[in-house]
Amino acid sequence: MISETLRQYISFDLFPLTSAICVALSCGLIGNHLVLRRQSMMGDAISHAVLPGLVAAFLLASSRSPMVMFLGAGASALVTVGLIELVKRLGRVEPGAAMGVVFSVMFALGVLMLEQAAADHVDLDADCVLYGQLETLFFVAPTEWSQLFTVDTLKDIPTQVSTLLGLTFLAILFKLALHKELCIASFDPGLATTQGIHAGFITVLLMVMTAACAVASFEAVGSILVIAMLICPASTARLFTDRLSTQIKLSALFAILAAIIGYILASFVPEMLGMPSSLNAAGMISVVAGSMVAIAAIASPSHGLIAKSFRQRTLRKTVAIEDLIGLLYRAHETGSVQSKIASITPAMNTRDINQVIQSATRQGLITQSNDSLELTDAGHQAGAKIIRRHRLWEGYLVDQAGIRPDNVHDIAEQLEHLPTDEPDSNTQTDPHGRPVPPHSD
Amino acid sequence: MNLTLAQSLTQTHDEMPSLREIFDTITLQSGFNTNAVIVAASLLGIAGGIIGAFALLRKRSLTADALSHATLPGITSAFLIASALGLNARSLPVLLLGATISGILGVLCIHLILTYTRLREDAAIGIVLSVFFGIGVVLLSVIQSTATSSAAGLNHFIYGQTAAMLTNDAILMGAIALIATLIAILAMKEITIVCFNESFARVTGIPAGLIDGLILALIVLVTVSGLQAVGLILIVAMLIIPPAAARFWTDRVRMLIILSALIGALSGFVGSSISALLPRKPAGAVIVLCAGTIFIISMLAAPTRGVIAQLIRHAKLKLQIAIDHTLESKYQYPEHHPQTTFSLRVLLRLKGLTQSLSPSSALSQSGLARGRRVRRNHMLWEQYLVSCADIAPSHVDWSVDQVEHILDDDLITRLENEIRASGHNIDSQVQEITP
Repeated sequence: MISETLRQYISFDLFPLTSAICVALSCGLIGNHLVLRRQSMMGDAISHAVLPGLVAAFLLASSRSPMVMFLGAGASALVTVGLIELVKRLGRVEPGAAMGVVFSVMFALGVLMLEQAAADHVDLDADCVLYGQLETLFFVAPTEWSQLFTVDTLKDIPTQVSTLLGLTFLAILFKLALHKELCIASFDPGLATTQGIHAGFITVLLMVMTAACAVASFEAVGSILVIAMLICPASTARLFTDRLSTQIKLSALFAILAAIIGYILASFVPEMLGMPSSLNAAGMISVVAGSMVAIAAIASPSHGLIAKSFRQRTLRKTVAIEDLIGLLYRAHETGSVQSKIASITPAMNTRDINQVIQSATRQGLITQSNDSLELTDAGHQAGAKIIRRHRLWEGYLVDQAGIRPDNVHDIAEQLEHLPTDEPDSNTQTDPHGRPVPPHSD
Repeated sequence: MNLTLAQSLTQTHDEMPSLREIFDTITLQSGFNTNAVIVAASLLGIAGGIIGAFALLRKRSLTADALSHATLPGITSAFLIASALGLNARSLPVLLLGATISGILGVLCIHLILTYTRLREDAAIGIVLSVFFGIGVVLLSVIQSTATSSAAGLNHFIYGQTAAMLTNDAILMGAIALIATLIAILAMKEITIVCFNESFARVTGIPAGLIDGLILALIVLVTVSGLQAVGLILIVAMLIIPPAAARFWTDRVRMLIILSALIGALSGFVGSSISALLPRKPAGAVIVLCAGTIFIISMLAAPTRGVIAQLIRHAKLKLQIAIDHTLESKYQYPEHHPQTTFSLRVLLRLKGLTQSLSPSSALSQSGLARGRRVRRNHMLWEQYLVSCADIAPSHVDWSVDQVEHILDDDLITRLENEIRASGHNIDSQVQEITP
């Protein structure tokens, strides 16, 4: 016996949610390669351009059967891809403009045809192409568990859902079977061709898969979710990793998450808030997918804004400390063991000298007495190292790069902080005649 | 099935407007409201054409697509806010203000993504497009679910609808288009410089970033002005198609802008007239299809960049090569007769290069001269490749066969000079063939 709430859930929410997850997963997988190839907008062009094919198929076959619609939309999508290529090659039009020309004309044609069809009281709606009708995919669930998996019940599953399940299967198969070819053709078409992989053919296959995603999904979720899912999960994953295989796995995860969270936000939350009806799920899923990109852009540990600014701050601090002990070392060279803070401040390119002094003191590099600073032994060694690098770089710049001696200081001032090996040289003095401190170890 | 099609066709025929009606409409004599819509659509075409030309030069065509989609959340939130405040939620200025704000927010988001993340432009555009439109769609469903107000009418902003447009709306739309056009014309010099050479612009003191922002702001203005007539999905066509079509006819930027504006105006005018005259012809779609038709004609028929012109040039070159090859081999081996098609022989005879139509016909005086010239060019180029370009002698033939036909007198003189200058003598074989 299936409880009433569960039965309701199976009837009204199971299939929309399954469809959303299917679309998200298949588009998310395919999208990785579109984003890599900088062809993200191809999904946008194709998913808009299926409209005339849909209407034509409908008018010709006068049926709304999904198979007919699928064929019409598919034909339309392939024509679009071909036309874009044609306009790009023959007309030598810039790729973005070529896409724009083709898809807008196709969409206009579709709108006009729809308008004509509407005159004959045809119930065909451009809205469904744009935002889909996930909510209409309900199915009457049986009352008993035993009846749930019988042939009779299963054949009542909306065709859109089975199409989408098929698409997801196809997309996963496509990825698994052609992973190597797809990668090599995306990264280096020339190499692919020399390896006997026809890069152009792989591109065509990818476009066909994109078209399949757009076409299979249009009725359930609409083009807007297709575009979002082709681009957002892959972009989110791209902000987390530099490895393609990890990116693909992550993007699949993000796509599924976005579908589930978005669906819950659209279907269940409004009810809890006392709104009379649920919200558009396809739109909400796109919004969630977009928010994921935003969160990743801010908080990703490898490429996020926070991590980046943290790393930058740490680096800035290190550089400031190195500058400080460099200055103190130079003062030491000229005989003054102690240096007044006030005399150092102008030479330091930092806003808060006290903080730098505190950090350096904590690291045991300097000691502070009243308003004067003095290097500790460790600080003296570190200072020698910095100044050694600085002067060796100066020598390198003059000898090897042919820069005049009075111009090298500022460049060396930056190079001395680099964590690379110091320049290979045996000179004892820098171009200005100052001694190069010996190697400390 | 064909019954419905046939029915719709005959119906359309029944409602064909009379010549009188057509004349009245295109000469702006059919009522103030229709006129206002037609004039506004033409102004929109001009604005879209000019600003689109800049967008094309700046490779910003698809950014425009994202911006137009990004206006939807603005329209819907303006509607929601206005109705919450008890204002007239359908007031066009309010809705357009909302559209402008969210369009600009969309621009900012693209800019932020490009500046602060590693994502590329295409992904940034796609993200903004889909997410903003997604927000708009969710807000639309919010409007539909709050029983107090209906969202009917907001749909017009997605697909465009001139039928319900009031005269005031048309005037507002035309005014925005006019303002955008004026700004674009005033800043034309600066924008052009930024489009062609950003670093030069910076050096001459033109704030390139600001100008870039200005172009995007103008795109938003055009989008907003066309929202009601063309709709936010198709408005991008007004920015992309006219300049892309104009580009086929000219290589000069001033001409490009003028042509693009003309094409835009023509599409706007014809499209909105057709839409006014015939039933069930949504203005936006018809305007875009007009522009599309002009694009196709331009792509096919433009004199130098057009596809037909390219094909003709290509065929001419191929023919010239075939003639040259025949003449060359006939000159080189007078006993040996190369395979030729009948049509080629006719052509050779007609040009007076051979003496008869037979495959073994000898060359005429001019044919001999031409054959000698081609042979000489061939050998000269071969020698140049060997002596000056450090190419392995066994490979020279690869490119020689293609290049021998396109050497002109000027180039031949230079070739001879270069070979001499490099300390080589012109090959005795070549010298035997006097030009």
